[in-house]
Amino acid sequence: MTTAALPPTMATGLRRAHVELLQFVRDRTAMVFTFAFPALLLLLFGTIFSDSYNEPGVTASHVFSASMIAYGILSTAFITMGSGLAMDREDGTLKRLRGTPIAATAYVLGKLLLVLALGVAEVVLLIGVGALVFDMSLPDAAHWLTFAWIFLLSVVACSLLGMAVSTVVKHARTAGAILNVPVVVLQFISGVFIYPPSQLPSWLMGVASIFPVKWMAQGFRYVFLPDGMKAQEVAGQWELGRTALVLGAWCVIGLVLCLVTFRWSERDR
Amino acid sequence: MTAIEVTGLRKSYRGNEVVRGIDLAVARGEVFALLGPNGAGKTTTTEILEGHRRRNGGTVRVLGEDPGTAGRHWRARIGIVLQDTDDAVDLTVAETIRHVAGFYPDPRPVDEVIELVGLTEKRRSRIRSLSGGQRRRVDVALGIVGRPELLFLDEPTTGFDPQARRQFWDLIRALAAEGTTILLTTHYLEEAETLADRLAVIAEGRIVAEGTPATLGGRGAAAAKVTWRESGAMRTEQVADPTELIRKLVAEDADLSLLTVTRPTLEDTYLSLIGAHR
Repeated sequence: MTTAALPPTMATGLRRAHVELLQFVRDRTAMVFTFAFPALLLLLFGTIFSDSYNEPGVTASHVFSASMIAYGILSTAFITMGSGLAMDREDGTLKRLRGTPIAATAYVLGKLLLVLALGVAEVVLLIGVGALVFDMSLPDAAHWLTFAWIFLLSVVACSLLGMAVSTVVKHARTAGAILNVPVVVLQFISGVFIYPPSQLPSWLMGVASIFPVKWMAQGFRYVFLPDGMKAQEVAGQWELGRTALVLGAWCVIGLVLCLVTFRWSERDR
Repeated sequence: MTAIEVTGLRKSYRGNEVVRGIDLAVARGEVFALLGPNGAGKTTTTEILEGHRRRNGGTVRVLGEDPGTAGRHWRARIGIVLQDTDDAVDLTVAETIRHVAGFYPDPRPVDEVIELVGLTEKRRSRIRSLSGGQRRRVDVALGIVGRPELLFLDEPTTGFDPQARRQFWDLIRALAAEGTTILLTTHYLEEAETLADRLAVIAEGRIVAEGTPATLGGRGAAAAKVTWRESGAMRTEQVADPTELIRKLVAEDADLSLLTVTRPTLEDTYLSLIGAHR
């Protein structure tokens, strides 16, 4: 009997990330829809709305460019992860893997790395549109550092939540529709589509502040807008500390939900 | 030494019992075939042995461990050829096999596996572009790339053309000759007959017969049908042992140019076995 050592989980996770990326890039529809849609909406919103604020040089298109980074992350992390997992469960990918010595951690690591790569590409695209089309100015190094941690916490929280939500998706073809409900609803109440958020009834603002999207969008506005724009936020502050807390909490909630709900196959009837 | 040992296996889906007390023992190095109509419980039984499904009752040992709790080292020692998967369609044959090979401690070389399943010319093709039979060969390749001690084959040759099926049989014989234990489920009786050392027939969640291909269901003891030509017409007689009859025919200088001696085919035996349980 052989008891040769199994390949390390980190190496297997990297292998998974590699084939996940290959498959994503080769599937043109997923490419176009996941990537182009947030950028398309940004182009539309930025062109249609021309509100101005008490802050010289800031236009609605700059606000949308910053806020829509949250949408880009929702689209690449939450939706890609949620529908990807539902698809893997349906087409036999997970069943196939379950019959091999791969660790579940390696599979999840592969997905997270895929989502991270997609997230970076999406954010580059959105910031590119903001900077090149709408003349949004890019921030200094300190703001980029803030950007980095908000981005990472957002991607991790959204991916884990997408993974958890995928367990209630029965058929992969309905995954997109189901996952888009929280995405669209939260964007309306979290200051992404409707800005400044103080236009909303206060109870709705209260609901939004429970979920991560409001904090993501607000954080990205901190990074890309002048400091004076904080007056437009619900609290009149950027609330970076609270942003870290809420996003961190959602990472933990997401992780716990994943550990509790993850299953390799469709429910064993 | 036994590779698979099952006693009193039971499984229900929503109160509907589909496996109703199965006992099974497969020795190391044996090729064992499970036959049975759709819905008889073959796939459920196989999936429990593979660790894909939980059982409701009975004890199961596969390579000395309980598949319900066995870990990754155990999974490295088994190989599974799945039915009905549609994954990795955007990867090429070689990419998919290389990828899965990377999960095992001591995989076969990728090119060797591709050669073994006869896909060398398709190694750079996307799986999406393969025919059904070619996809099944990829499934087989993925099942054997980790050098399993025990291989599960769930209806492996569905969709194969006759030539591909023959090639596949040669592959299975080669694996068996290397000492791989093989559990095969199939609809094709010819396949079971040519590959299996022993086989069992499942109907309605129970094993209704077990034996070698030659003796299953009393087949070895069944009457032989002797047919020959006599004054321009075919004549048939059923006898337990054809020796005497043929000796007599030879002595009578009968026309034996079209002589046949047949026993019930495995298919006849199988159909009467499952027919009795409908």
